[in-house]
Amino acid sequence: MGRWAEIRELTRHRALSFLRQPEAVFWVFAFPIVLAAVLGYAFKSGAPPPSTIAVLESESGTELVARLEADSLVELQRFADRDSAELALRAGKVDALLSDSGAAEPTLRLDPVRAEAELARLRVLLARGRVDPAELELDAITERGSRFVDFLFPGLLGMNLMGTGLWAIGFAVADLRQRKVLKRLLVTPMRKSSFLASFMLSRLLFLALEIIVLTAFGVWVLGVPLRAGLVQFSLLCLLGAASFAGLGLLAAARVRTIEGASGMINLIMMPMWLGSGIFFSYERFPDAVQPVLRLLPLTALVDALRATMLEGAGLAAVLPEVAILGAWLVVPFAVALRIFRWA
Amino acid sequence: MTVGSGGSGFRAVSSPPALCATGLVKRFGALVAVDGLDLEVRRGICLALLGPNGAGKTTTIEMLEGLIAPDAGSIEVLGARWDAGADGIRQRIGVQLQDTRLQEKITTFETLRLFQSFYRETRPLDEVLELVGLTEKRDARVEALSGGQHQRLTLACALVNRPELLFLDEPTTGLDPQARRRVWSIVEAFKAEGGTVLLTTHNMEEAERLADEVVIVDEGKVIAEGPPKAVIGRLHAESIVELHPRDGGAARLSDDGLRALPGVSEVRREGASVTLSVSDTQASVGALLAYLNEAGVALEALRTHAPTLEDVFMALTGKHLRDG
Repeated sequence: MGRWAEIRELTRHRALSFLRQPEAVFWVFAFPIVLAAVLGYAFKSGAPPPSTIAVLESESGTELVARLEADSLVELQRFADRDSAELALRAGKVDALLSDSGAAEPTLRLDPVRAEAELARLRVLLARGRVDPAELELDAITERGSRFVDFLFPGLLGMNLMGTGLWAIGFAVADLRQRKVLKRLLVTPMRKSSFLASFMLSRLLFLALEIIVLTAFGVWVLGVPLRAGLVQFSLLCLLGAASFAGLGLLAAARVRTIEGASGMINLIMMPMWLGSGIFFSYERFPDAVQPVLRLLPLTALVDALRATMLEGAGLAAVLPEVAILGAWLVVPFAVALRIFRWA
Repeated sequence: MTVGSGGSGFRAVSSPPALCATGLVKRFGALVAVDGLDLEVRRGICLALLGPNGAGKTTTIEMLEGLIAPDAGSIEVLGARWDAGADGIRQRIGVQLQDTRLQEKITTFETLRLFQSFYRETRPLDEVLELVGLTEKRDARVEALSGGQHQRLTLACALVNRPELLFLDEPTTGLDPQARRRVWSIVEAFKAEGGTVLLTTHNMEEAERLADEVVIVDEGKVIAEGPPKAVIGRLHAESIVELHPRDGGAARLSDDGLRALPGVSEVRREGASVTLSVSDTQASVGALLAYLNEAGVALEALRTHAPTLEDVFMALTGKHLRDG
């Protein structure tokens, strides 16, 4: 048989091994859609979030409380005693606790680092200062590309490409090694390059499906824009996926067991889950660590996807990210091939 | 290696051996796993490497299969060397490793088709399935196969390329007796087609049934070799007599006293029992019983059996092939 028959059969085996595990198919395709849908719903655009403020029943007759009650953006929760109000505050069920005995100046108890607490403070100040807050015409941001779900979607897509790339390659290689199938293949005339090519090909096949399913959901259901075009978007996904495949190969290059591979993969993914700005901008991290975060492959991929989808940035604008991903493709791949353990 | 008698002597000259290894050495750190081992497998025979666990059998066979590089020594497989002709060798050999676990979600037929795709010359897969008795399991996933069926599938993977030389590393370890016999008949069918087999085993029954020649190894060295009958013949024993005296009676029997009995060539002790190699069963057992009465030793059990490769191994090393 020829080289192509060999690559075809190896690729078929990879694909069948994946498709015949319904749980793996779920994690790759359904999970990110469920996640995007749930988060998209939780942060959907519309009315501004109300502030929940606790007051004690014994103190709820004051003028300030009456004004707050009239504010449609304030929800008052009355508590019989201070302890239960404090408990609700600590649990995050209320944003602030108002004490207004009428005798002294009212006090507002809150955690100042929470954005919701600051919002509650402003609303209480407003209610204290004026009977009629001056009207300000609000121009709510609802257009596509600026909502939280628009920010979130490229992050989830990048996270999924990272997860499937690392697991699909790393897990499968470790599994074959642990089963001694790698060793068995080594005593056949199979070309090692065909073996590696089959991993890349099956990955490419499922990558295409994964991107089509996820992007269709994002664009048609969530309404996320795709401003800089499908070609650039697809190329970025491909580059990102390839660099994660290289990392997956590196993660499994030497480990003898699946447990070892799982540990390696989680070790590689953990810093990126936290620091690559999937759910919130990495600019919230201290300035000192940001240059490091920008060098991570997931950060580069998600930044480039956001620029491409939301800002319509051209290829030239995302070149730094492309260069970072390229380096993450070449270096791990080269190292993995060098240190790969067959038997 | 013992040269065969008669016609096979001519054959050995006319065709080179299927496999020839000289002076093989392999060390793992301070441990010398294989210590200067020579091996020759003539074409068309089945040679069994027999030895206990840890004797260096797997290390030896994996060096011969080209999986491990020896620290010293030379290997020629089907007239080629691993450093120069690896691909050519791999096209012509079949290998069954110890405990390969094939991918569970793939069917029997798909598994064979993958292995078939690696080779230039192949055997029709339906024929392979027939040969190993898995025709009915053609479309069953590997996860649904029994231990014996899985083992026959890994054997089938080694047969898809019509190999000239088949390597089997402990092919029946862990199988029940029935599954074991099915594997044996597949190996015999392969031999009947003219194939050459090198197998490792610690099962003397397997070696006695399949092997034309055995090489007994212990601690990485060859300690006996030749056709099974000839190797057993070296004990010069008609039978082996095991006696289990009651109440620590073995201590009251002296080795010299036992050895002086007619026909006894060797005395071995193990715990509270004594084993004798005897050349004349009737004379020896008669004299033995009289000697026991005289010494006042009562018997719990007395057994005799025809000598086996296990007894050869015991005589040479004082150890069992298999623990327990």
